[in-house]
Amino acid sequence: MISIYARRRAANFTIMTLSLAATATGLLVLFLILWSLLRHGLPAFSANFFAMNTPAPGNAGGLLNAIYGSLVMTVVATLVGTPVGVLAGTFLAEFARGSRLAYAVRFINDILLSAPSIVIGLFVYGVMVVRMGHFSGWAGAAALAIIFVPVVVRTSENMLTLVPASLREAAVALGTPQWKVIVMVVYRAAMQGMLTGVMLAIARVAGETAPLLFTAFGNNFWSANMNAPMANLPVVIFQFALSPYADWQLLAWGGALLITLAILALNIVARMVANWSSFGK
Amino acid sequence: MTYEIQPIESPSRPRPHLIQMPPVDTPHPTPTAEAKDQAQPKVQIKDLRFYYKTYEALKGINLTLHDKRVTAFIGPSGCGKSTLLRVLNRIYELYPDQRATGQVLVDGQDILDPRQDLNLLRARIGMVFQKPTPFPMSIYDNVAFGIRLYERPSARDLDERVEEALKRAALWDEVKDKLRESGLSLSGGQQQRLCIARGIAVKPEVLLLDEPASALDPISTQRIEELIADLKSDYCIVIVTHNMQQAARSSDYTAFMYLGQLVEFDTTETIFTHPKERQTEDYITGRFG
Repeated sequence: MISIYARRRAANFTIMTLSLAATATGLLVLFLILWSLLRHGLPAFSANFFAMNTPAPGNAGGLLNAIYGSLVMTVVATLVGTPVGVLAGTFLAEFARGSRLAYAVRFINDILLSAPSIVIGLFVYGVMVVRMGHFSGWAGAAALAIIFVPVVVRTSENMLTLVPASLREAAVALGTPQWKVIVMVVYRAAMQGMLTGVMLAIARVAGETAPLLFTAFGNNFWSANMNAPMANLPVVIFQFALSPYADWQLLAWGGALLITLAILALNIVARMVANWSSFGK
Repeated sequence: MTYEIQPIESPSRPRPHLIQMPPVDTPHPTPTAEAKDQAQPKVQIKDLRFYYKTYEALKGINLTLHDKRVTAFIGPSGCGKSTLLRVLNRIYELYPDQRATGQVLVDGQDILDPRQDLNLLRARIGMVFQKPTPFPMSIYDNVAFGIRLYERPSARDLDERVEEALKRAALWDEVKDKLRESGLSLSGGQQQRLCIARGIAVKPEVLLLDEPASALDPISTQRIEELIADLKSDYCIVIVTHNMQQAARSSDYTAFMYLGQLVEFDTTETIFTHPKERQTEDYITGRFG
């Protein structure tokens, strides 16, 4: 008796220690990243940083064109990717559940989800950039949207599947047509999770560099034209961080910190909106 | 006999019976006492058979449900009582493996007819489930939801309808000051009364209650039973219950089911005092089930 109990206590202690250690390691890495970003990036934040375009080495400058480009391409990708992803997720969870077609779509979506983003960049390069003859903001947004969609498909489907069948039955039992059951009851119940999925997707594409290298390319001047090469934060960070110039490196740190803070803020806002709008609690 | 594994969505899965009983030899009992009752027949079920894939869960049910009366379905788990209830508003159609044959006449019209519009049927036949199922919206919107589906009342009329339904469900006094709060903020018993209010707000003709109090505490259960007694004056009510006292207390007629067959159907008084079938007696006296 005693020995079994002692062994269980020891096993419990070991597992607890290991999981605590694992958690601590993860958190430590996260805080180290945040700390070094803040330490190196904060000095870059100045009026110029937000007001001027990317400079030549040695000149005063900022990241205005890159901030604008990233913002616009992410917004376009979100506007395209969210409805496509949510509707595809709805199809899988509500209309095709358990069917062969759903299985195939889910499988392909998972492949797309784990496809290296550089492959998607090359694909858009071949499909759009080569045909148009030049890099463009549209191509960049398209590449981001392609990365965006599978994340949202996956999370929406999962969140919709978690909505209990009893809730659907209750709505159906009132004589509610299926589309209203989905839009007015199921979506509301799954709202918070689906919003989180969209946020995850935004966070994912906001930091993507590889697909933009071949599509939006980058631009050292101010350009709001989506049909022309477009500056963006990840590519600027990539170029400037690898450069030998201290002022460029500082801007790269600032850009990295900015992306991180923006995603953090977005997540907090989304959580607040979800808590306020859905009656999930 | 083969048993299929049912999806967990289906609360009325057939189960292998653990207690061995002799086969039922009188599947079509003829009610006698009900002939004295003045109530009008509302729903007539004729030779109803129900299948989960190939498993026959209802084996030829014949039964009449009366308007302005409460009929209780009792029987051990897996006997088909919930299945029978789920045929009456054809909610089983959500699941492609399930189908029914035979006739279910509501006011003489066969609702199993494939041409029957399902949404309109369900607007006429309300249902309340075992677990409370408030929608993730405000208390007011929960009740208004069904009304808005088929009517376009003015804001004032809608307010009145919501109030009327909540009063009828004996919930108004508890929620009148917080109609804009989430329906999920209520207690379990309140949530169930909210679901009843939502169900009666659309003014259905038949109300199906699938173990409406089995997840509730005794006080909430009592309130639901009082509510059923009150609603009886306007609706044809069918209640599935595992609780024998509940059936005895709140119903006018009782149908005892076993293994997909209707063993005995009569007035509740007769079923609980002079059952004709041995199986009925064994069940209500707690010898099995």
